[in-house]
Amino acid sequence: MSSWLLLAVEEGGEVARSVGDGGWWADTAGIMLVTPLIAFLAILAFGKRLKNQGGEIAVAALAINLVWATVLFVANMTGGVLDQTTFEIARIGSSLVFELGWVVDGLSIMMYFLVNLVGLLIFVYALGYMRGDVRVPWFFAAFSLFAGAMLILVGAPNLVQLIIGWEGVGLASYFLIGFYWDDLENVRAGNKAFMTNKVADVGLILGAVILGVTLGSFDFSTLSEAAAADSDALGAVAVAAGLLLFLGAMGKSAQFPFHIWLPDAMAGPTPVSALMHAATMVTAGIYLMARVFPLFEYLADGIRPWLVAIGALTLLAIGLLALVANDIKKVLAYSTVSQLGYMMTAVAAGGYTAGLFHLFTHAFFKALLFLGAGSVIHAVHSNDMSDMGGLRKHMPTTYWTFVAGSLALAGILPLAGFWSKDEILATLQFEGYTTFMWIAIAGAFVTAFYMARCVALTFHGRFKGHGAPHESPRVMTWPMIGLAIPSILFGLFNIPGVDWPGIGNFTEWLAVREVAMGDHHAEAIDFALAGIGLAAAIAGIVIGWLIYSKDRPRQEERDRFEIPVLYPLLRRKYYVDDVALGLVGATTGPVARFVDWTNTYVIDGIVNAVGGVTKLLGNLVYNGLDQLGVDGVFNGLSAAADSAGSALRKLQSGRVQQYASGFVAGALILVVLFVFVI
Amino acid sequence: MTVTDWVAEPVNWVFALVGLAVLLAGYRVVTTKNVVRAALFLVAALGGSAALFLLLSAEFVAWVLVLVYIGAVIVLFLFGIMITRAPTGFDEGLDTDNKLWPALLSLALFVTLAWASIDAFGANEILSTGDPTSTELIGESLLGRFVIPFEVVSFVLLAALIGGITIARRDPTPLEGEERLTV
Amino acid sequence: MIVNQFLVLAAALFAMGVYGLLVRRNFVLILLSIELMLNAVNINLIAFESMLSTPEAVGQVFAIFVITVAAAEVGIGLAIVLMIFRNRRSANVDELSLMRW
Repeated sequence: MSSWLLLAVEEGGEVARSVGDGGWWADTAGIMLVTPLIAFLAILAFGKRLKNQGGEIAVAALAINLVWATVLFVANMTGGVLDQTTFEIARIGSSLVFELGWVVDGLSIMMYFLVNLVGLLIFVYALGYMRGDVRVPWFFAAFSLFAGAMLILVGAPNLVQLIIGWEGVGLASYFLIGFYWDDLENVRAGNKAFMTNKVADVGLILGAVILGVTLGSFDFSTLSEAAAADSDALGAVAVAAGLLLFLGAMGKSAQFPFHIWLPDAMAGPTPVSALMHAATMVTAGIYLMARVFPLFEYLADGIRPWLVAIGALTLLAIGLLALVANDIKKVLAYSTVSQLGYMMTAVAAGGYTAGLFHLFTHAFFKALLFLGAGSVIHAVHSNDMSDMGGLRKHMPTTYWTFVAGSLALAGILPLAGFWSKDEILATLQFEGYTTFMWIAIAGAFVTAFYMARCVALTFHGRFKGHGAPHESPRVMTWPMIGLAIPSILFGLFNIPGVDWPGIGNFTEWLAVREVAMGDHHAEAIDFALAGIGLAAAIAGIVIGWLIYSKDRPRQEERDRFEIPVLYPLLRRKYYVDDVALGLVGATTGPVARFVDWTNTYVIDGIVNAVGGVTKLLGNLVYNGLDQLGVDGVFNGLSAAADSAGSALRKLQSGRVQQYASGFVAGALILVVLFVFVI
Repeated sequence: MTVTDWVAEPVNWVFALVGLAVLLAGYRVVTTKNVVRAALFLVAALGGSAALFLLLSAEFVAWVLVLVYIGAVIVLFLFGIMITRAPTGFDEGLDTDNKLWPALLSLALFVTLAWASIDAFGANEILSTGDPTSTELIGESLLGRFVIPFEVVSFVLLAALIGGITIARRDPTPLEGEERLTV
Repeated sequence: MIVNQFLVLAAALFAMGVYGLLVRRNFVLILLSIELMLNAVNINLIAFESMLSTPEAVGQVFAIFVITVAAAEVGIGLAIVLMIFRNRRSANVDELSLMRW
């Protein structure tokens, strides 16, 4: 644990407030990382026997965690908490040290609070959603595993632990996407997610290794200090390392063209989609970018426009795909990717607080939207919006919370999304990325449009499905209400220029970190920009509503009408999937065939040759040396002994006369000897 | 002494005659195919040796030989032959097949002994018959100088007597199922 | 008379006895051959006594002993033959080869 620097809120330069070390709560915060893993093992061991099939254990673990998270969050709000606890695990040479532990600073406290609160609400929801489903203990076990891995990731003091958590959430994601593995499509979706992530993880691992070797340490604090000190050694590898790490972030946070796995990941149960693929796991990439932010801030400046461009591309292009999706979860999935594009754009442009604030608010309303979708799916037993409609009357709680989430997502004042999106636009403008700013505004329009479409198709008009849908049980609706409140209110935590007494604001909370860094934060609301953003959103809602609230019999027809040119392109999702598949097939096919040829002819040939020679030598030794030589000697010896024995045994014939003749002969010889010779 | 001198003494003619008879009898003992005839040829051989003893003035021993050997031992032999139900006719399978080696051996033995004797004693003469050795002398010797061997031999006889009886005693309790041999 | 005539005669008898011992199959005939050998020994002894003329007639006494022991031995020998015949119903020496390899 090193000494702690105070930080300053930047455009102002005054010391915000004194920072404490969180006391006992921070020292024992590691318990948050461990309880979900213990829950994982406990559920596997005896979850089956419990009334809720292990769900209680999962909920309990996160509830325990939430205590710590809340205490630390409040402490950070009121006074700032900065602490780090590590345990040395291994050491290479004398300098490269591998440590595991947990960090307690503004960023990680925010993430702890987010993961545990949203996670707890979704776990409670899942108790109701998964009731009566198959393999429920395994579901909660894998879900708890995910929670633990995510906390390990966000609490990581160094890149190694981050990678451990990263891979852990990837594993849990694979398990949970392919949860209904009875259907091969779901298995394929899980494989797709895992492999896409794995390709991107190459970048992550290479980037981490480069940084670790260059700096002699994997710690984030070392990286921040080296970057702040404008280290030359770091400068040489900064671009490469930065690009590689960004590659890793692209995979996990589904930036174009690595976005292809997220829509397919909707094959998993809806709570999984809500927690992992909306609120937390996919934000790990943004989190990584935030952790290594100084690298980009000080040293890798030149590549930032490219990163912003990728974020913007993702934002708009994938947002458009949501317009033609019929599956309600797919709409939300594309929306998630689009919002991740927003976050990535912001962080890449230098808007540390902007991007993370959007992450924070997005988690709440996107999770809410997914829970609402799950509620609808549960009632209608179908994901397709063609089977829905008019559910407003049957499911009021779901309807109103869903509307709240949609408005937040669209960015309507004064809900949370408005404030976070506005912050992003302000950052883009400030950093000079004006084009991308307009793209972001267009994206806001598209977002509002597709959400209006979604709400209209799902909840308004005539019910086109089968059966009698009814509201979901309390165990599912209360978490939705629980998420709706933050979606509405949490935006107020970061009104530019507003500093709530006693607790400060989001920027200050987030700014509690070890090394100061430059981060633009608006001092006051730019009403013009905010107005444009709001206008775009309202326009989107209005137009979307007008088009889709009318009941038309066949939805595909309508879509084709309304989106004339782009429709085929959008239906095929820009052919990205096909390109990716083709690329993979084209490259891996010949490579695999070549490797196979090498293996069969070259390697096997060598092996066979060696084997043949060995066999020959062996035969030689065996037949020549052993059989003839050694065995010959021994066989000869034993044969000699045998024949000698056979001959000599005739002396003992048992016949007395033979003994007598021997007697006489012996005596005779003796007589001759003694009398004549001697 | 030369051969002519030897031949001149009449004792030697008697010796030659008796000796020849003995040799012949001895030869027939070991070669005849008839068991009973073998025993009887032995009688002849023993009788001949008794005669030789007489020639050597050993009267007592000669008559002891006749009495004990011919009188008792041979009779015993004849009894043994009868009891073992040896075929009293000519038995072709009486000798082993391989006679060469024993023949050679006995020949070698004879040559060795003869050679040793001739080598050692040359042409030593023996006193002529003269007076026969008195029985009294033998008796005194037996109970004088050789009293211990005398006693020991009597023990041997006793042991042989008892042993013979014990060995040949009929088994009082025969094994189950086995009938008593009426021998 | 020379000693050697008796010695050689005895040697011949002895050799014949040995031959008979080694060749004969019937146990009784083997005993017979042994008697022949013993008789040859007796001749030897008496001849030596005659040559040496010891005061106690050692040779003759010895010969008496030999005769006596021979008689005892024949008695035992025939008892054994009897036992063998009882067990095996044959006095064939060739069959008595149990104590062999």
